[in-house]
Amino acid sequence: MAKLTLVEAINQALNWSLTHDPDVVLLGEDIGVNGGVFRATAGLQQRHGKLRVQDTPLAEGLIAGMSIGMAAQGLKPVAEIQFMGFIYPALDQICNHMARMRNRTRGRITLPIVMRMPHGGGIHAPEHHSESLEALLCHHAGLRVLCPSSPAQAYGLLLAAIRDPDPVMFLEPTRLYRLARQEVPDDGVALPLDQCHLLRAGDDVTVVSWGAITHEVLLAAEQLAAEQIQCEVLDLASLSPIDHNSILDSVARTGRLVIVHEAARNCGLGAEIAATVAERGLYSLHAPICRITGYDTVMPYFRLEHDYIPGVARIADGIRSTVRA
Amino acid sequence: MSSVATFHIDHEQLLDADGRPTAALPAFAQDASELLHLYRLMTLCRLFDAKAINLQRTGRLGTYAPCTGHEATHVGVGAAMRPEDALFPVYREYGTQLWRGVTLTEILTYWNGDERGTHFAGPRQDFPWCVPIASQMPQAAGAAMAFKLRGEARCAVAYIGDGGTSQGAFYEALNMAGAHALPVVFIIVNNGWAISVPVAEQTAAQTLAQKAIAAGIPGVQVDGNDVIGVRAVVERALARARSGGGATVVEALTYRLSDHTTADDATRYRPAGELEAAWQREPLLRLRRYLQAQGQWDEAQEADLRADCSAQIEAAVVAYTSLPAPVSDDMFTHLFAHPPAELAQQQATARRYAGSGR
Repeated sequence: MAKLTLVEAINQALNWSLTHDPDVVLLGEDIGVNGGVFRATAGLQQRHGKLRVQDTPLAEGLIAGMSIGMAAQGLKPVAEIQFMGFIYPALDQICNHMARMRNRTRGRITLPIVMRMPHGGGIHAPEHHSESLEALLCHHAGLRVLCPSSPAQAYGLLLAAIRDPDPVMFLEPTRLYRLARQEVPDDGVALPLDQCHLLRAGDDVTVVSWGAITHEVLLAAEQLAAEQIQCEVLDLASLSPIDHNSILDSVARTGRLVIVHEAARNCGLGAEIAATVAERGLYSLHAPICRITGYDTVMPYFRLEHDYIPGVARIADGIRSTVRA
Repeated sequence: MSSVATFHIDHEQLLDADGRPTAALPAFAQDASELLHLYRLMTLCRLFDAKAINLQRTGRLGTYAPCTGHEATHVGVGAAMRPEDALFPVYREYGTQLWRGVTLTEILTYWNGDERGTHFAGPRQDFPWCVPIASQMPQAAGAAMAFKLRGEARCAVAYIGDGGTSQGAFYEALNMAGAHALPVVFIIVNNGWAISVPVAEQTAAQTLAQKAIAAGIPGVQVDGNDVIGVRAVVERALARARSGGGATVVEALTYRLSDHTTADDATRYRPAGELEAAWQREPLLRLRRYLQAQGQWDEAQEADLRADCSAQIEAAVVAYTSLPAPVSDDMFTHLFAHPPAELAQQQATARRYAGSGR
């Protein structure tokens, strides 16, 4: 079986969906003959035609709005926003309509839409190409927000997103697009939604993370294992809803919680997780909750991006202090 | 220097303000029953509007957006559409919606702050009222794309106001519709005022129809108080779209004979005399004059019609006021097909405290 990168696994899931579901339509900027700027849709227009893999005009609000109109007519649009930093013009459609239409019409109009978008930094890209804006989306009721951290997860979660009858925001960690390969059978098997994933079992501390930075978290956990600190690493995968019960179960065993995310700290998802553990799991805690996050600064241009994104040393230090507290 | 592009904008009017034909009338207008159908619904809209404003003023309805003055445009567009087409309204196009099967009860339910009003029993594919201005436009383009993909002879019809044509989403949708020859008709209802801002402060463009030209699609202006003209122009645009000819922009020139909503007071910004002058061009009067001149309408029929409309409206008022009150579960039930487990606890909390927050 071929080993795939994360971006190839996404391509495989898109191809599987186009092949097996005639309602699936892809739209976005440069996704056709060019195959997308990251090649996530490479070869798909050639295989499935220009009507099912459509290049759109350069207008993110249009892409999201058209997806709504198409989905309301029974199609399953999978739209690409070229980079998450360009999501803002689409937020009117996503937050005001996509998230609300089922509720607004009391179930009359439903919108099975997937909005795919590259997420996060670390790839030496220009300004606006490295943003981690998941909190913007997670704040809105009516949306699911996913962020895979491995090729197999990307394949299974994207299939689940496409099959879900409601809108799903699918955040793709750019740093992991080509970082590693993994066997990903093209079997059309979806992963469950609304669940976090256990990446590493351990008894001393629960470390919650998602997306690209799970890579640095696992490296830190490996380092710390040599120091007899056993991390339980949970990959959120579903950023909205958050699988709080799994986090609480883990914290009940470890008594310690570290949250690592690339996005800025202020009003980030780490705050939501920390607050929930404080509300529902405070008496399990042996140490203060620790957040290791991007700073409350503008995401810098790429010369400084690795000073912004929490690295292995910062993550390991945070976990160490939490375990020793 | 040489000229590389020119454009012109046609203006259509078939019935003038006195109800006199200004050109040969189309075939549908030769059939008196067709015209009476249009006139009856326009009258229902006018009387319904008065009732809804009264309900709001007496505390039985939330803020309401009136349609008085727009009846010819709204009913004309409805009559030009086919049932299988899809409508993307703004929030005051009741004439179109009623033609297509939305009920007075649903309209009142919506404006009384209850989502059940958008669960149209009639045109299931029509979009509900759209409050964020112009955001319905790309959605209509998307529906049109779906029709095109499936090879269906259906069209999307999207409304927008004069103020809405200043929004980016308006241009984005027109541009897309032009680039892909989508089966969609955009109706700009130019009623002169975007709440308090007149068209001249909205744009320097001589017409709003010409905004279509930059998107490579035709734009046409019609007297929006002339229901025969509106229906004829929109029928032509829909026939063109249905046969693969692509999108059209129709600018209907009319006047908002009311406040923007019941929360607005147009005397704060509209020049004196403008409203009175506009009443001389209003849409019901001219069609009634034409029908009377044709010997198709008299005082007795008018009285019967008004009584019949009032009875329909009163029945709708009874129906929406006797709907069982919504319950807190309704906030949760329709959010997702498969609600996240975390919501269950909040739903239970809402149920426990339901009614206690008032």
